[in-house]
Amino acid sequence: MATGNLCAVERRGRVHVITLTGAGEHRLGPALFSAIRSAVAALRAAPGDGAGAGALVLAAEGKFFCNGYDLAWARAGPSPADRISAMRAAFRALLADLLALPMPTVAAVTGHAAGSGCALALAHDAVVMRASRGFLYMSEVDAGIKVAGFVGELLREKVPDAVARRDLLMEGRKMTAAEASRRGIVDAAVDGEVEDVVAAAVAVAEDLAARGWDGETVAEIRKVTWPALWSKVNDYGGEAPARPRL
Amino acid sequence: MCTLEQRGRVFVLTLTGDGEHRLGHALISSLRSAIASAAEAAAKAGPGAALVTVGEGRFFSNGLDIGWAGTSRARLGELVDALRPLAADLLALPMPTVAALTGHASAGGFLLALCHDYRIMRGDRGVLYMSEVDIGLPLPPYFGAVLRAKITSANALRDVALRGKKVKAAEGKEMGIVDAVYPSAAETAAEAFKFAEQLAARKWNGGVYASIRMSMFPEACRSVGIVEESDEEKRKHFASKL
Repeated sequence: MATGNLCAVERRGRVHVITLTGAGEHRLGPALFSAIRSAVAALRAAPGDGAGAGALVLAAEGKFFCNGYDLAWARAGPSPADRISAMRAAFRALLADLLALPMPTVAAVTGHAAGSGCALALAHDAVVMRASRGFLYMSEVDAGIKVAGFVGELLREKVPDAVARRDLLMEGRKMTAAEASRRGIVDAAVDGEVEDVVAAAVAVAEDLAARGWDGETVAEIRKVTWPALWSKVNDYGGEAPARPRL
Repeated sequence: MCTLEQRGRVFVLTLTGDGEHRLGHALISSLRSAIASAAEAAAKAGPGAALVTVGEGRFFSNGLDIGWAGTSRARLGELVDALRPLAADLLALPMPTVAALTGHASAGGFLLALCHDYRIMRGDRGVLYMSEVDIGLPLPPYFGAVLRAKITSANALRDVALRGKKVKAAEGKEMGIVDAVYPSAAETAAEAFKFAEQLAARKWNGGVYASIRMSMFPEACRSVGIVEESDEEKRKHFASKL
């Protein structure tokens, strides 16, 4: 299934792989946000087929995993401030969808992940990253752009070490997979090409799917594991079927 | 009490004299003035600046002037209250900040060091020491907030705050409190300055840098009295950059 020409979805065993397609920067604008959210929503609707909830891998083709917001789109509008607002709202919605997703999630950082692209990767339950090229880069300080509250919250919860977070956010450090892995920001650095990174992510996802966890339980536990981030994004997305609470 | 000099893009704030650089009203006031001057000068000069803070002699700072406070709880309370806006000045400063720890930093002095973005310390002598538990003084809430923001290893935080551990540079590095260690005071000061130059050379917009710093530590910023910038204000700024 392809969603526009922006992302493709395939099954590999119990794993659903969403791939940001094409050789470009996979900039997050309304079209790509919509495509990814649609693909993710489709997983919610039919997550498994008797084999348990499955798992998600988000990957990308080409040199970039995701290079951040679509600033060209924002600039092109009559009110850039409104367009930024729209992108931030869409990002919060996507983050809510991922936090509420009833299956484990793995980001395959196949190339550069910058700004909101870096934050998107870190929003997954596990992150594997290509060792031979590509950086994690919170580009905002170099670009002269302030960091929104919900992004700060995401980084505080996912990169709790103050020194690592400072280096990423305040020093604008371009972190290789080796460094990010050593510092606990990503789970593994994977040698080889894009396809090798995706395969490694699929293997991680397959292991998680094999646990046979109840998907809604995974989602609820995730929300209480990252409560500050969930509280900042849950008004924007992550619709879940009503479920009795303990 | 203190001097401020500008060397290229780097502002060097020196706590002068061979004493303990005890933080009393006069020194706190001087430091605040100097920091404000640095911010003003940097605003005029355009993007790309950094601050290095260093103490002459054996101490970075040995904390609040409890000698002046004596047995007066009121006076001690005054000093605690006076230090808070200095902490705020540092956490809101529109440029990167480096503490060159060529001497001991304890209690309020350690807090000041923690309010900097980076800590470069001599390895041959000197300790970082939150002495309050040993001398029977409580930690003001804003001290707690800054400690929690900057020392994120639970064990390191426990050791510093609850055990009054005297942390030497090498161990400080392992605990995530010290960023780099050099063998002597002179090298520490020189390397801190060099590092500050590198940070200044990134030519970061000061207001953006400070905003990003504050988005890293919102609780600590609130606790020292900094008013949080709204997402709305940040969005307007973003739009203006496009």
